[in-house]
Amino acid sequence: MPSLLKRRFMLTLFAMVALLLTACTQTATPPAPPAEIVRETVVVEVQVTAEPQVVETVITQPATPGSLVVYSGRSEALVGPLINQFAAASGVDVQIRYGSTSEMAATLLEEGSNSPADIFFAQDPGGLGAVAKAGLFAPLPAELVSQVPTRFRSPEDLWIGISGRARVVTYNTDAINPEELPADIFDFTDPVWSGRIGWAPTNGSLHAMITAMRQVWGDEKTREWLEGIQANNPVVYDRNTTIVTGVAAGEVDIGFTNHYYLYRFLAEQGEGFKARNHFLTGSGPGSLIMVAGAGRLASSPNEANALRFIEFMLSPVAQQYFASQTAEYPVVEGVVGPPGLPPLEELESAALDIDMADLDDLQGTIQLMQDVGVLP
Amino acid sequence: MLVVAGLLLPTAYLLIRAFETSEAALQTFMRPRTWVIIGNTTGLALAVTTVSGLIAVPIAWLTVRSDLPWRRFWAVVTPLPLVIPSYVGAYLYISALGPRGALQQLLEGPFGITRLPSIYGFTGALFALTLMCYPYMLLSVRAALMRMDPSLEEASRSLGHNATTTFWRVVLPALRPALGAGGLLVALYTLRDFGAVAIMRFDTFTRVIYLQYSSFDRSQAAFFALLLIGLTLVLVAFEAQTRGVARYDQASGAVARPPTIIALGRWRWPAFAFCTLIVSLSLVLPLTILFYWLVRGLLAGEQMGNLGSAVWNSLLASGGGAFVTVLAALPLAVLVVRRPGRLTALLERMAYSAFALPGIAVALALVFFGISYARGLYQTFAMLLFAYAILFLPQAFGALRTSLLQIHPSLEESARSLGYRPPQVFLRVTAPLMRPGLIAGASLVFLTAMKELPATLLLAPLGFRSLATEIWSAVSEAFFARAAAPALLIVLLSSVPMALLSMRERRGMS
Repeated sequence: MPSLLKRRFMLTLFAMVALLLTACTQTATPPAPPAEIVRETVVVEVQVTAEPQVVETVITQPATPGSLVVYSGRSEALVGPLINQFAAASGVDVQIRYGSTSEMAATLLEEGSNSPADIFFAQDPGGLGAVAKAGLFAPLPAELVSQVPTRFRSPEDLWIGISGRARVVTYNTDAINPEELPADIFDFTDPVWSGRIGWAPTNGSLHAMITAMRQVWGDEKTREWLEGIQANNPVVYDRNTTIVTGVAAGEVDIGFTNHYYLYRFLAEQGEGFKARNHFLTGSGPGSLIMVAGAGRLASSPNEANALRFIEFMLSPVAQQYFASQTAEYPVVEGVVGPPGLPPLEELESAALDIDMADLDDLQGTIQLMQDVGVLP
Repeated sequence: MLVVAGLLLPTAYLLIRAFETSEAALQTFMRPRTWVIIGNTTGLALAVTTVSGLIAVPIAWLTVRSDLPWRRFWAVVTPLPLVIPSYVGAYLYISALGPRGALQQLLEGPFGITRLPSIYGFTGALFALTLMCYPYMLLSVRAALMRMDPSLEEASRSLGHNATTTFWRVVLPALRPALGAGGLLVALYTLRDFGAVAIMRFDTFTRVIYLQYSSFDRSQAAFFALLLIGLTLVLVAFEAQTRGVARYDQASGAVARPPTIIALGRWRWPAFAFCTLIVSLSLVLPLTILFYWLVRGLLAGEQMGNLGSAVWNSLLASGGGAFVTVLAALPLAVLVVRRPGRLTALLERMAYSAFALPGIAVALALVFFGISYARGLYQTFAMLLFAYAILFLPQAFGALRTSLLQIHPSLEESARSLGYRPPQVFLRVTAPLMRPGLIAGASLVFLTAMKELPATLLLAPLGFRSLATEIWSAVSEAFFARAAAPALLIVLLSSVPMALLSMRERRGMS
């Protein structure tokens, strides 16, 4: 652990994590603390089908832990339990405002340097880029940013990726034999896919993927792809979750979406749910990995706690939480990936190492999509 | 004046932002597609308003004036669809009635139907929005019917008209201000709605605005939001035009006499069937699916969070919001009705200007002004109530204006001539006579504040959770079971105050 934290009390977090599955969380209540040393154990219990692995993170609790204000564009359902663990372990009084990433970014831009927020925790690089561009983030210290590969963070170290999601093709298991699915997303412009595709042109993740296409393919080929998909009369959905519902119901055969929604549906509706993910391992931007990440606001009144928060999010316990609980890809090396998914390296090489910071030209993407007639 | 200044904040903010806009906004604006979308949006607004009227007027009349079976029950449940957030409602409709939704699954076994006709597009948007919006008209029409003097109808009957002719020639024209006020709310809500049209895949103007916000371009978004305000002002002027210069007041304090109840005869059961159909579609169907989600999730071992604080916060904020909003709308309504003129007509339009704006634009306006000029209040409970007052003022205003229009100024004048001072006149004479309007206005604000999202997310105190934020947080990540519990609670909790208000309404009449 870096030395910037005052060591007063020691506190230990244990996470036992299985290698193969998603699981349910149970938090054990801490034993009564002795006078000098607070020792708290949080155990993540999982159904073990393989040798469990123990992950441990040591968090220090200063005498006056202080407070922290987080604006979160990530949903409470996903990150709430993890942030609560941080609050309980560090003693910091964490206050969170949840909203969509675009709402939170717009709020930060309006608030400017008066913002009460210390941390912006965003769902996608676009939101982080917008706040970074307005000059509202303070650079993060080198010992934090060095934990994450360069392509998953801002080139000026203004924000840092915390977990990753893959773009995938979700298919209906009755209609599609996954072996027949193309490996390159460009091949969905083939007329055999006419009327069978579902997508969400207003969705931020799709915008990020199309921005990546413009980076990798150039505007011309991206336009060709958009026109090709449009010519196949795709069914328009409003967001990723409705695409997954539509695919499973058989409204469409395949949908362009993010990988991790499917696991929510499987958890609630069982293995009989008729949709599965196809990872585009061929090449190109179809298998883009997008990061959710965080930055510290320059106006932040609680600098030390803000840095501790980010440090915790990169710790083995938090990274393992994303892999096992939300089926996201960890961004720090040496953490076991989400069970049953192709390893990050495989997808990354396919996606040609797209740099997250290059994904901020959303206006250009929207303009292109409007020109093609995909967006209103 | 203070109230109007508050109402103008969003417009002022949008002007500031729109001035930063670039050429790109103008280019988008000039595209033919933009104009097609404006046409679509207006068409949808008019259609939703018309169909809402066709649902609301019969139900209002049946629950106030007829011997409909279970009249009290219908009076309580028919306004409730207003509390279902539109993005949840529309999602529930597609899960039920989509090409391969629950209905199709039911029909596949016995009839072999593998795909229903698509409900997406205009039809779906019209269907979902009408079922969620008709209560706006229902509540204002009910309030007007309750205040209407039965002697008007008796006069018509004594002149030889039958009940049907009386309804068309006397009752309906007298309802015009209520229809206008309610219809305007429905039309403006349709303009501003985002959730339902997005799910039903119908491109409206609000989608263009949201698209700009989602690509972090506040200036273009502001530019388009100003156009929406323009569209709103046209609709408001149109409503004022249809209302004309007619007067709707009466010299007596009609509360002394309850309206006569008309026996429906052989129409009694068809009327009952009509109410059943509307409530089944607008309330029972969504609730059934929510219940199914909940049970399915619980059986799959989903964990449910604790909703205690969310329930309390929702009730407190919505109740407080309703109180503050009615209080703020009251002077404006009195001014507009009692001192008609060019200036007050302008005030009236201002009152509506922000109503068709997407919630996010209004919320950001308050962030902008709050952080710079009201630092101490920023992101406090008081700020949230203020935001609700700005967002929902037109709803309360419409209901109050309608009931004031029915009270003849001579009643107030005679009270004044008897030595009462103006505040006393208001408390002893005007307020009691306005009771149905006050109740209708407060209910409208309460029900819509229960589901309000953007302002609650951005302006509430840190860590504030309401039922609406719980539903949103869960649905957006496909935690359907976890969304179902707060969604069911929101309907259940809203029905309690509705039942209480309905009881007070009765007391006011008898």
